[in-house]
Amino acid sequence: MIFVTIGAQLPFDRMLKAIDRWAGEHPQVEIYAQIGDTDWTPTHMPWCRLMSPAEFDAKVEAADTVIAHAGMGSIISALMKSKPILIMPRRADLREHRNDHQLATARHLLRRELVTVADDEAQLYDWLDRLHALPAPKTIGDKAQPALLDALRTFVDQA
Amino acid sequence: MTKKRVLMVASFGGHWIQLMRMRSAFAEHDCYYLTTNPEIAPDYPTGRFFTVPDASRWNKLRLLYQLLKMATILLRVRPQVVISTGAAPGYFALRIGKLLGARTIWVDSIANAEELSMAGRIVQPYADLWLTQWEHLARPEGPQHKGSVL
Repeated sequence: MIFVTIGAQLPFDRMLKAIDRWAGEHPQVEIYAQIGDTDWTPTHMPWCRLMSPAEFDAKVEAADTVIAHAGMGSIISALMKSKPILIMPRRADLREHRNDHQLATARHLLRRELVTVADDEAQLYDWLDRLHALPAPKTIGDKAQPALLDALRTFVDQA
Repeated sequence: MTKKRVLMVASFGGHWIQLMRMRSAFAEHDCYYLTTNPEIAPDYPTGRFFTVPDASRWNKLRLLYQLLKMATILLRVRPQVVISTGAAPGYFALRIGKLLGARTIWVDSIANAEELSMAGRIVQPYADLWLTQWEHLARPEGPQHKGSVL
């Protein structure tokens, strides 16, 4: 199952429309999409607007692949369950977010090989045809880097 | 070492999931949790979990409501340490925490890879430990870089 999520805050129809079109051409592929609060609705895949944290975790767990906006909630959730993740950053010029921090996040996380990035609908479409080729997810465990935890521990002990 | 009351604060979603990856650093202390989504309450110890209404700087009235509720929670918990990853709730919590004598930690979200978040910039005077998760954003005058949640 492919789990598609765009987070709880803002719509992201551009990404969802591309996936819905691909879903129409690939009716045999199981997809589930969380689409947020938007006027448009998909025709070729089951969807919901928002989900509870428990439902969200269950969908990520059940998914073979996660496709998401470049939001850290989506990205970290997928990585913690060792799911390959493909992200598409929101763009401020298309009013998909208030600024372009998702483009920056995507670029920097790509450099650390934590995610695969589709810059636009065309690249997203290409990746949908070969999701099996997505790199295996890096293991991130459930904790921050030890150096950060040490710094926090030291600070609190001295507080 | 004496146990301290540590209040972990962030809006729900990406900020929260990052904050919870730092939880183990405070395992020997008494942790309190504050976010914007009441649905996750069952995952946290009874009496230690609080919520405020979600708000951002784009909605001033809700922001005020969030601030008031935040203040009542901090007065009740009296945290000795406050830590946040963002955004508005974290900013308020650090400022109020500071007024109540707490030591404060800001770990700017990893989603801010090219510049610090708005909240992360304006919270600086109220953060005793002021961190970025990206090495290239660290400066001699702060923020410091000590690692990331990933």
